[in-house]
Amino acid sequence: MTVQPQVENPSVTVLERSEQPLRNRRRARRALKRLPVWTIVTIVVVVVLYPQVWMILGSFKTQSEFLSNPALSLPENWIFDNYTTALNNGNVSRNYLNSILVTLPSVALIVLIGVAAGYALEVLVWRGRKGTLLYILAGIMVPGQMILVPLFTVYFRAGLTDSLWPLIITYTVMGLPLTTFLMAAYFRSIPREIFEAATVDGSSPLRSFFVIGLPMMRNSILTIGLVQFFSVWNDLLIALTFTTRPDLATIQVGLLSLSDQYGSTQYGPLFAAVSINIVVLLIVFVFLNKKIMAGMAAGSVKG
Amino acid sequence: MNSVFGDRKTIIILLAPALLLYTLLKIGPVAWSLGLSFFEGNTLRGFEFVGVDNFTKFFTDDAALQSLGVSVFFAIVATAGQILLGYLLALLYVFVLRKGSSLLRTIVFFPAILPTVAVALLFRSFVAVGDNQGPVNDLINLFGGESVEFLATTSGTMATALAMTLWGSMGFYAILLYAGLLDIPDEILESAKLDGANGLKLVRHIVVPLSLPILLSSIIFSLNATLKVFDSLLALNNGGPGTSTAPLTLYMYRTAFEYAEYGYGSTIALVLTLLCLVFTLAIFRSSQRKAED
Repeated sequence: MTVQPQVENPSVTVLERSEQPLRNRRRARRALKRLPVWTIVTIVVVVVLYPQVWMILGSFKTQSEFLSNPALSLPENWIFDNYTTALNNGNVSRNYLNSILVTLPSVALIVLIGVAAGYALEVLVWRGRKGTLLYILAGIMVPGQMILVPLFTVYFRAGLTDSLWPLIITYTVMGLPLTTFLMAAYFRSIPREIFEAATVDGSSPLRSFFVIGLPMMRNSILTIGLVQFFSVWNDLLIALTFTTRPDLATIQVGLLSLSDQYGSTQYGPLFAAVSINIVVLLIVFVFLNKKIMAGMAAGSVKG
Repeated sequence: MNSVFGDRKTIIILLAPALLLYTLLKIGPVAWSLGLSFFEGNTLRGFEFVGVDNFTKFFTDDAALQSLGVSVFFAIVATAGQILLGYLLALLYVFVLRKGSSLLRTIVFFPAILPTVAVALLFRSFVAVGDNQGPVNDLINLFGGESVEFLATTSGTMATALAMTLWGSMGFYAILLYAGLLDIPDEILESAKLDGANGLKLVRHIVVPLSLPILLSSIIFSLNATLKVFDSLLALNNGGPGTSTAPLTLYMYRTAFEYAEYGYGSTIALVLTLLCLVFTLAIFRSSQRKAED
């Protein structure tokens, strides 16, 4: 459980073979000085990882095995029974499907509409664009609770409550202000000369948006897309409010009702359903952690 | 050139979708909700204008005041913890581990992207599962203590909720503050060290003042996020025992959608919004006063 990237450096192992007592002693003293640091690092890593490992290991155990030895121990047999129970019995597989059906279109809409608005507010020149950006920015401050009741009424009147549309529409609206603001900021960092040169070459500003703006924003689009993906995927409030039938529930709502259903009697299926969530996000994170971390930091320090 | 970039048709095509959606489905509902807070009732029953009655009701409603207290308490303690742990981690990354901190940064950050519901269910099991009441109690037993039923009491539930919030977010705040600490010019640190500032002294007199802007914006961000706490307290213990850990958001949700009191629900939402605004402005003001000193 130690994180010591620099010690595993190959050049150090070469040195180790040509042993010299003096150097050894110096290294020992340095290691001793680093001991408190490594203790802290180890504690932090254990605190962060242990609960996750505990839950994932638990999801492979039988109920009796889990109860008799709940602390850290490997399962006697790696069984997937809990996973099949969770996916077949409850609505869990339906919940995951719903989450995907809601999250992908929402994120696509947020990013597409947001990047277009960012271009219109930053690259295009017109009177009132500063004010418009501020007007959109004001929406970041407003909590979701402020718009739930009116939106619920609207969706009910429009007959949309029996579908996933209320979720997709609401997530898109909620994600727009921050995305527009960040996209405008990213466009600001691109030299204007690029767009002006394209205009001289005969490209209309609309064409420049699709041919130059969008491709140049690829990185930012991926970053913002990831941030929005997590905020939509992880949301409970909006999903809970606009879900009228169990088979329309997203995974977060599903997990909540699953925990009511199994309560404190049957851990396996609940653990399995939660573990799927953890493992899928872990895989995404392993590949894209730099982008995710940069994006989430950018999203919070606004202004 | 500017006339080409001022092409009206292009502006409308690119901006209209965002502006329309935002105005119709965000600003419109906010105004609607503001109006609703002066009414009583719901769509089926009809609405009745009651003036400021909802507001006077709020401040005499024990359940409302209790949930207000839960939200404010949670926000203040969670923010203090998040910023403190995040800052300590950031100091560890920048000044102790330096270039070797990348793996640790990534590991500690990961819980920040996990769904709060999943984390809450994880922690709920973590303090309550099995004959022994979970691994946390195993540890307590190991040191000779009695098992504690965390979720049976208000303080136990609150402590668990705060622990899971810190667990989930400290890596995120560490990254935020880490970026701020990296911006401190090396020359300043070097010259301070030459002047004999070291360890704690260096942190207190040089590092903290120089990273004050990022600290303040992190505090504002954290307060705004934790004042809106919803998922964690709902999924952890359903706002219980009883309603003793139900935050304002949960009380608003229940009032509006379980008891169908749209008017009063909107009032509670407005109080929440104002609360976020007041906290943000308070931090802002105090920071400006400090800057003037």
